[in-house]
Amino acid sequence: MPLQSRHLLGLEGVSRDDIQLVLDTATNFREVLERPIKKVPTLQGKTIVNLFFESSTRTRISFELAERRLSADVVNFSVAGSSVAKGETLKDTARNIEAMKIDMVVVRHSSPGAALFLSRVMNANIINAGDGTHEHPTQALLDMYTIREKFGKLEGLNVCIVGDISHSRVALSNIYGMQTMGANVSVCGPTTLIPKDIKKLGVKVYHNIDDAIRDADILNVLRIQLERQDRSFLPSTREYHNYFGITKERLSKSKKPITIMHPGPINRDVEISADVADGEQSVILQQVLNGVAVRMAVLYLLGTGN
Amino acid sequence: MKILVKNARIIEPSENIDQVADILIVDGIIEKIAPKIAASGNVQEYVLDGKIVAPGFIDMHVHLREPGYEHKETIETGLDAAAAGGFTAVCCMPNTNPPIDDASVVKFIREKSEKTLNGLVDVYPVAAATKHREGKELSPMIELVEAGAVAFSDDGSPIENPEIMRRALEYSNMLGKIIIQHPEDRSLARGGMMNEGLVSTSLGLPPIPSIAEEIMIDRDIQIAKYVGASYHAAHISTAGSVEIIRQAKKKNLPVTCEVTPHHFTLTDEAVRTFDTNTKMNPPLRTKADVDAIKEGLRDGTIDVIASDHAPHSFDEKEVEFLEAPFGIVGLETAVGLAITELVIPKILSINQLIEKFSINPRKILSLPSVKIKVGEKTNFTILDIQKQWKVDAQKFKSKSKNTPFDGRTLIGKCFAIINNGRVHFSD
Repeated sequence: MPLQSRHLLGLEGVSRDDIQLVLDTATNFREVLERPIKKVPTLQGKTIVNLFFESSTRTRISFELAERRLSADVVNFSVAGSSVAKGETLKDTARNIEAMKIDMVVVRHSSPGAALFLSRVMNANIINAGDGTHEHPTQALLDMYTIREKFGKLEGLNVCIVGDISHSRVALSNIYGMQTMGANVSVCGPTTLIPKDIKKLGVKVYHNIDDAIRDADILNVLRIQLERQDRSFLPSTREYHNYFGITKERLSKSKKPITIMHPGPINRDVEISADVADGEQSVILQQVLNGVAVRMAVLYLLGTGN
Repeated sequence: MKILVKNARIIEPSENIDQVADILIVDGIIEKIAPKIAASGNVQEYVLDGKIVAPGFIDMHVHLREPGYEHKETIETGLDAAAAGGFTAVCCMPNTNPPIDDASVVKFIREKSEKTLNGLVDVYPVAAATKHREGKELSPMIELVEAGAVAFSDDGSPIENPEIMRRALEYSNMLGKIIIQHPEDRSLARGGMMNEGLVSTSLGLPPIPSIAEEIMIDRDIQIAKYVGASYHAAHISTAGSVEIIRQAKKKNLPVTCEVTPHHFTLTDEAVRTFDTNTKMNPPLRTKADVDAIKEGLRDGTIDVIASDHAPHSFDEKEVEFLEAPFGIVGLETAVGLAITELVIPKILSINQLIEKFSINPRKILSLPSVKIKVGEKTNFTILDIQKQWKVDAQKFKSKSKNTPFDGRTLIGKCFAIINNGRVHFSD
């Protein structure tokens, strides 16, 4: 059974069946990653271009590993040294690359809607690896995979996304995907980092981290982006850490163990203390490992579909 | 030369006339209006079958782009679009390159427009309020008025500094000219791409809060009141702006405003497509804002409908959302949208529509009034308010096709215009 779309542009509007299919398929690839030889011939002969217009370490490496483990031919394109720096438009860049007969494009770009834009001007399958502050669907899929791996389900779980919701692409994909799968999604952060009308998405909003911890099964802790400080979203990272940071002390007030997730990169002792990040309730490194399997699943389903 | 217009429904709100009659025009002057006029001698005859003859429409907010951005629009293509859209006159905005902050640019535009379509469409340049539209020093306003400027604006950029705004209002008022403000508090709107609300949150697009507009209008009204000068807010878009202006008018303050057709037709829901033709400044707002704008048009708070015709080339708009320029073309859809969205649903009467497209803008700008009356110069917009038609951007006379209305079915269209002794049909 193929996915309903030939692209993965976001999780808004993606059906429960499709998300289920990706997660189930990822389980098979997760097993492959445990083998001594971690490579399958599934996408042999397919050419995939990783188009990264923004810097990224883990997402790019994760995709590249996934592609190589499926035996695809991989081309990496990043802004430095590309024609973009010389003023070429996104459309021209895309069409020039496509003229070289490529099959799939993984794109990271600072503009919301950039992946959708490419799907309109290219014939290749497009996978969104983050479009500005809009969506990052494979991150949410790997988050869901990781939760399902630990809890056996998503339905009915209380997932709280903590931190800079306004400038996060992970938050929206988490909200769309996890709500579709039946989880209760909430957000927690200072008012300046919670976007307007987010409650209308069916999301509960906390401004007190202790309340959020009390109600949550899982905390998905987002990076506080230090580079945004010029716009006065926060008085200081110190104040943020003191009132919103996830620390062992805060977590110890909870009656049940709380699973800790983080999409990385971590600012240690800003949004999360080092002992929590490395603690036994943390699944941060599992997320990274599962990310490769989930991306293999997405590439496989799109690359072998219609 | 004689022109005989037969069986016309003449609507002249300022004289309270709504009658079916024939009009005889001799050498551009209305010679006779009577129920039946027989054609005699060498006369061009047009039978209108009850189509509406109204005083000529003016679009007081148009970007003709020339000089400087001729790949988007030229004076020639822009005026062709204006004529097709039913406008016998336009005001062109100063964000050209060089900007209209020097008498030579005003003269260039006037000379070029007089040669276009034999001077069919009157062009009234709006000059920059400040040098280079930078909001720092006043432009040479007296010189600009002598060259033909009819108002002042830094359009595209707000006049941010309150002291400069005060001086601009004072100085232009001395010349009997208004300041047209692009009302936007730039610190609140910084980096924004669309209206702030559920849709911006759902799409992750940087938001522009409604207060960015409202705060600026509120402030400007205080300044205008203090110095006793006339102030016009361009393209208002929020319920709050409508209310602020409504209250100011109740106090008889010298404040007027305009709205664009897209701000009474579309909401920010349209942006969900990430279509760059839904990106404009001010941005598309919510249903509540659209409703408030319609009420403001109905109760007279909003004086004018103006298109904010903002042509951009296909390539400029064919980019990712963050990179795309703001704005859409509007000259050729404004009248159709206004009839479809306002007249058909009975929000505005035909008379009110004519006031907002013809009478009010001329009054606000102190331009010579246009009347359908014996002895007056002929300046007509002829409307077919029953005609159903489909917007086809590729057929636009405008050089640019950047519209979110392509393919939309509208009711009501300009049939022809008559101005400066020339008859021009829209299709």
